[in-house]
Amino acid sequence: MKTLPFNAMFTLAWRNLWRNHRRTLIMLSAITVGVWAMIFMTALMRGMVDDMLLNGIRSLPGEVLIHHPQYRDDPGINNSIPAPGDELLKALQIPEVTAWTSRVRVPAVISSERDSRGVTLVGVNPASEVQVGFDIDSIVEGRFLESSNDKGLIIGAKMAEHLETDLGKRVVVMSQDPDNNIADRGFRVVGIYKAKLASLEETYVYAGLETIQKLLKLDDMVSEIAITGEDYRNVDKWYPHIKQAAGEGVDTLPWYEADTYLGSMLSMMDGFVLVWIIVIFLALSFGLVNTLVMAVFERVREIGLMMALGMRPSTILYQILMESFLLLVIGLLLGNALAIGTIIPLQDGIDISVVAEGMEMMGTSSMLYPALKLNDMIMANAIVITLGLLTSILPAWRAASYDPIEALNKT
Amino acid sequence: MSSIVCKDLCKTFQQGEEIITGLDHVSIEIDAGDFVCLSGPSGSGKTTLLNAMGGLDTPDSGQIRVGDTQVDQLGKGPLADMRLHKIGFVFQAYNLIPVLTARENVEFVMQVRGVPANERSGRSHDILKEVGLEGMEDRRPAQLSGGQQQRVAVARAIVSQPALVLADEPTANLDSVTAAHLMDLFVELNSNHKITFVIATHDVRVMGYAKRLIKMRDGKIISDEKQQQPLIED
Repeated sequence: MKTLPFNAMFTLAWRNLWRNHRRTLIMLSAITVGVWAMIFMTALMRGMVDDMLLNGIRSLPGEVLIHHPQYRDDPGINNSIPAPGDELLKALQIPEVTAWTSRVRVPAVISSERDSRGVTLVGVNPASEVQVGFDIDSIVEGRFLESSNDKGLIIGAKMAEHLETDLGKRVVVMSQDPDNNIADRGFRVVGIYKAKLASLEETYVYAGLETIQKLLKLDDMVSEIAITGEDYRNVDKWYPHIKQAAGEGVDTLPWYEADTYLGSMLSMMDGFVLVWIIVIFLALSFGLVNTLVMAVFERVREIGLMMALGMRPSTILYQILMESFLLLVIGLLLGNALAIGTIIPLQDGIDISVVAEGMEMMGTSSMLYPALKLNDMIMANAIVITLGLLTSILPAWRAASYDPIEALNKT
Repeated sequence: MSSIVCKDLCKTFQQGEEIITGLDHVSIEIDAGDFVCLSGPSGSGKTTLLNAMGGLDTPDSGQIRVGDTQVDQLGKGPLADMRLHKIGFVFQAYNLIPVLTARENVEFVMQVRGVPANERSGRSHDILKEVGLEGMEDRRPAQLSGGQQQRVAVARAIVSQPALVLADEPTANLDSVTAAHLMDLFVELNSNHKITFVIATHDVRVMGYAKRLIKMRDGKIISDEKQQQPLIED
């Protein structure tokens, strides 16, 4: 079976495309803007979700968390685990793991002379806590903890406001020891931190790990072991190795299982991006099909002629699809270029502080950083090309189905 | 040897509620290298017969053989292949592809046939020269006169040296001088390349060139005679 060579088909398709400049340019503009909207809006949504996820993961950093099996249901002192053993310590040496730390994390009450609040008391090793991601610059007054047996306390700015306390003042922290007796201690506030989300400032208070272990009679027991890697999205590559080393007696969970809200947020966003891209494409497809139908309708005689000269119906079909392909490829190139050109200047962030309070309820901060992901671009391009060609089959098939004589006699 | 054999062809068309007879039990044999004119008034069936011979239209009944191919038994694809390899068409309304130049229009059929670029280029150059369009190879149809466009169409029809050229009213849109030039060209090609020509026409000037004149009316052949003194010199 003979068919028109690719270069001849390309030439014919290219010239046919520009027979009606105005229509082609309008369609190209629509595809360009559509593709730009797909990629740009996806980058904004990805940026927002990344921010929400990072804020969630970094509230107490750790992409993989090891807990007592009952800790998630009852985060009390009795559901503690031993510090990492040899096997786990060896596993934590793998290159994918960038840092790890142990924490005591228990519910507590903090009281000043003015007020009392329920908080989460976190006993940390300051050095390793900074390595896993605690932002030392978040300390806006005073200092961070200097060692595991530091006797000072770090509280959030909002908490300081509620307790009407300040740097250098004393507060009392009260929790329970393993015998269910009240364990309390006076701490001097040595540092005040500001978090991206005000709710975090009201939740966590930090003290030295050893200080808290002594207060709660925990010896070297901890509430959790937190491990971080290069990128939270790649956690699945190394988490099974850690899980195996940690053993069956503990819960070893990646961040998306430890915090199912964050995990479902990521899945939901993936679905939302796909729906968004398809919705935009559907709007585009009407224009695309209309353009091709008009292009075919205007060339009925010409198509009849090609058939009369010996062009097979299948070649006519490929010819029309080639025109659609060219239109889509040019639109995609322009759309991608426009998207990249508008996203790159915004890499330093978009200030959305005007709506920051509303955004904070969703767990995002007041700066939005568009996240241009190669996978999202590939998905948008693949969907536009694939569905674009599929929708073009209808006008192409119509053209290929013409009877040569009827087509030649069209006026 | 017969180039075309048609046996008992019948074809009807529905026009509103009326049934129109296109071909009414037409049987005809055309020898290879012949120069035949189908004449008759509008609606006599000459174009229908021409289209049936070219595999562009399917008769309701009867048989058509072109060379050794039984045309009436072919599907759409093989029919297209048969037209590509065996037949050259010249239509009344030039019918060139507007986005292609004269040379590209001529090369189009050769491209579909897979003729190598060098050979295509040489043959298109030669044939355009032969039809008097040297120097106009890169003009698009809109930049050519009606006569020049018809010459490009003729060049396209014969460039692959088909066994058969079917022409439907090829001079209808041409002035008398251009029409005479075109017919001279047909005669020359028939003589030099032994291409069989079947021309549907109601132009008496064209009929004068035919070696064989077949007259039709109401879908029937009413006369079929060899011309005693055609304008063709064998």
